Amino acid sequence: MSKADLICLVPLWILSSAAILIFFSVSVKRNHKVIFLITVLSFIADFIWLVSYSIKPEHQQTIEPLLVFDGFGLFNIGLILLTSLIVAMMSYAYFEQREERKEEYYILLILAALGACILVISKHFVSLFLGLEILSVSLYALIAYLRTRERSDEAGIKYLILAAFSSAFLLFGMALIYAVTGSMEFTEIGNWLKASGHEMPLMMMAGFGLLIVGVGFKLGVVPFHMWTPDVYEGAPAPVTAFIATASKGGMIALLVRFFHAIHGFQFESMVGIFAALAIASMFIGNFLALRQNNVKRILAYSSIAHLGYLLVAFLAGGELGIEAVSFYLVAYFVTTLGSFGILAYLSDKERDAELLEDYRGLLWSRPLTAVAFSAMLLSLAGIPLTAGFIGKFYVVAAGVESNLWLLVLILVINSVIGLYYYIKIMAIMFDKKSEVRTAEELHPLVYLMSSFTLAILTIMLIWLGINPSGMMELIKGIL
Amino acid sequence: MILPVLIIILMAGGILAGLASKWSAAAARWISLFAVLADLSLVIVLWIESGAKLVATNSSWLLDYQFPWIKEFGISFHLALDGLSLLMLMLTFFLGVFAVLISWKEIQYKIGFFHFNLLWVLAGIAGVFLTMDLFLFYFFWEVMLIPMYFLIGIWGHENKQYAAFKFFLFTQASGLLMLLAILGLFFIHAEQSGIYSFDYFQLLGTSLSPTLARWLMLGFLAAFAVKLPVFPFHPWLPDAHSQAPTAGSLILAGLLLKTGAYGLIRFVLPLFPSASIEIAPWAMLLGVIGILYGAMQAFSQTDLKRLIAYTSVSHMGFVMLGVFAFNEVAMQGVVMQMITHGLSTGALFILAGGLYERIHTRDILQMGGFWKKMPFMGFIAMVFSMASLGLPGLGNFVAEFLTLVGSWQANPTLTIFATIGLVAATAYSLRIMQKVFLGPEALQHHDLQDLSVREKIILVPMTVVIIWLGLFPQPIINTVKTPVKQVVESTTQKPVSSIQSVDMKGGTHE
Repeated sequence: MSKADLICLVPLWILSSAAILIFFSVSVKRNHKVIFLITVLSFIADFIWLVSYSIKPEHQQTIEPLLVFDGFGLFNIGLILLTSLIVAMMSYAYFEQREERKEEYYILLILAALGACILVISKHFVSLFLGLEILSVSLYALIAYLRTRERSDEAGIKYLILAAFSSAFLLFGMALIYAVTGSMEFTEIGNWLKASGHEMPLMMMAGFGLLIVGVGFKLGVVPFHMWTPDVYEGAPAPVTAFIATASKGGMIALLVRFFHAIHGFQFESMVGIFAALAIASMFIGNFLALRQNNVKRILAYSSIAHLGYLLVAFLAGGELGIEAVSFYLVAYFVTTLGSFGILAYLSDKERDAELLEDYRGLLWSRPLTAVAFSAMLLSLAGIPLTAGFIGKFYVVAAGVESNLWLLVLILVINSVIGLYYYIKIMAIMFDKKSEVRTAEELHPLVYLMSSFTLAILTIMLIWLGINPSGMMELIKGIL
Repeated sequence: MILPVLIIILMAGGILAGLASKWSAAAARWISLFAVLADLSLVIVLWIESGAKLVATNSSWLLDYQFPWIKEFGISFHLALDGLSLLMLMLTFFLGVFAVLISWKEIQYKIGFFHFNLLWVLAGIAGVFLTMDLFLFYFFWEVMLIPMYFLIGIWGHENKQYAAFKFFLFTQASGLLMLLAILGLFFIHAEQSGIYSFDYFQLLGTSLSPTLARWLMLGFLAAFAVKLPVFPFHPWLPDAHSQAPTAGSLILAGLLLKTGAYGLIRFVLPLFPSASIEIAPWAMLLGVIGILYGAMQAFSQTDLKRLIAYTSVSHMGFVMLGVFAFNEVAMQGVVMQMITHGLSTGALFILAGGLYERIHTRDILQMGGFWKKMPFMGFIAMVFSMASLGLPGLGNFVAEFLTLVGSWQANPTLTIFATIGLVAATAYSLRIMQKVFLGPEALQHHDLQDLSVREKIILVPMTVVIIWLGLFPQPIINTVKTPVKQVVESTTQKPVSSIQSVDMKGGTHE
């Protein structure tokens, strides 16, 4: 490894050393504030390094054969870093009011972010698996972090078993593909496929099939979605936010990279499978969300549907398709972080504010929070003036350009079904209620951080909805 | 530059009113009032200035403002004003002022948020009437939707959430179909010309194959037919209208429905002329069914606001009939209908709201003989019921007469049925008067007070305008002459082949 390679890896260095630093710091003295500060600063420092150094074209390079630092990868790393930063910021108030030891949480969060970062820049099965496992193992612990709660345990175990299971599928798929092509590098596999023409041997097909199962689990698309609602419900709200955004987004980014490297769009069977997954996710996600009365579960099912929308953009392919995926990810991240941020903000000592009833009359007790949450919900529903609208517009535009009329039409139908449950939450917030659930108040400064984060997310949401040009140019320039 | 200012005033006014309500509720009301009044005076000045220009020049566009917005997709903030938009804007701000005034006493909680929503609905509507960029059009189309949802859902009557829900789902679903059609048009145009643009004037020239044109037109039609509403797409309307607060009903009936009609005239006919001709007989048929069905339903309602809501279904049938008759006379009638229906139905909703404030019911079976106690209100109600049934001398008569004269040339049979609708209108309009203001006195209401000064300030100008429109409709007709002519020409001057194909199908189009 040359010196240039090492410098190139700095974004990953910063994260791993931050984890170690916290590790030592905990052994000296447990102090929530200090550790929180280290976490936040390391994410910020990492991001600054990324935008000031790594992003320059002359500094972008590949580290053969595992990693590739290109625009797309760096964009996604940036996204993951900012997401983790926001998750960390809204975790402070959330964990401050809880009994458990708080400090290890941040180590796990940093490691999960590290795993996701490796995932989005990997170009080789080995680095893919490495990133994925760092991410997943951290997530097992994060999900079950509040271990005194029964549901948290249950969610952790469920995720552990299913994720391990899906990793096994993934490994087996990789092995089969390796056996046929003799390579684990994405472009090599692509070359092999090109050389062999359009015929795919059965073993290869089986390999890809197993890969899709593994990826599908991580993305939580139908029919591999069973874990999503339970894990969303059981995990602490900030962790749920992380799973919904960084973990799933990283996987999507990887999928895009892999699919383009192997020129997947020429295989009708694969496109067909993904189209089927997209359609099933959209319909089933939205339909199951209709009857829920737990906000976390509603958001879980809605995330299944949103992954379906993302797959439409993914299937559209081409430049517009990748742009649409990237923009949609940004919009979806902002929105999802905002919604879970509000959920965490309203949670009290005993439990998360997850029942619909907890939101009754929110407009009257906390008007600003209610307005911010409405903005998030409208963005999820894809209503103009919000980032979600431009994202959905981008996806539909990409779909129409590639003549995916069926998928686009289904997307539109599902947007309407989705509206129903988003409005339901809003209607409950606007309902007048005499009695308001009062949470035990901590020191107001603790909430300042959360309020600040939420305010920034809301402003970004509306800014992206009104003036998306900047973000579009950024994405275009970077890809 | 004046065009974006019109919208900015409303949006900024809304935000200001929302903020001001923290200190004083009255401030929020006054800020909103001044914002809408400022807009109203601006467009009236524009109208007076434009008088000579409209007749003299051949171009129908008075003002044009363009500013690039999302360059990646060729979306620009493009606003333009012609006679039709000008009239619609005047109606918007005229009724907007009254919407603020009528809420002065009625709305007592969340006053800041109410006025924010009210002004943003108006901003969305003004945007819809002005924009010449299809993406921006969809944008404003939605901007007027969400505040309206809040208006109904928060300040409405007992069944408000159901009504707001239904309204939202219907309009949103149809709006998304329009978005698909807009995108389809966008990419087809880009393929043909290589220019990525959502600009109306760019897209006008797109040549489409008949099947494609039909599908894309249906996308647009879906949105406008739901908004208008055309017969099978109307179920949201009675609920939304009857559950909304008075200002909401006023804006819904007076303005939102007009955006559907405006969309038909501005977008459907010029963008898809031959497909429109193809569908014309069916559209007219639906229009006529709407006229008769709406009238019948109106006659059988006991909820006063629901009754008035169904009269809208009936009156908007005339719009459908007139638009798809493809001649200038009918189109003039449609524009008149849009304005006069906005005024007359708006006024009826204001009266119904006033009655509700006094006796806390909308059930007309519990009303009766109110004329004795409230002669002034009775008089105003008489004027607007007569307007609603199409009495000569009032604006609605001119509108319906022109529409029927025009549609007779296109389709005599349907016109005859539409005329029957006028008779039905007489029945339900008289029923309002009979049940509420005449007949035996309802005993339980003793302390009825006649119209207050504030209510008179609202209703007297409306009465004056509706009479003025009935007696001197010429200024209105002059203002929209060129735009209407162009729209009609765009459908008749298109390739001869498309007209021939209609002839073969037995259309009676001339």
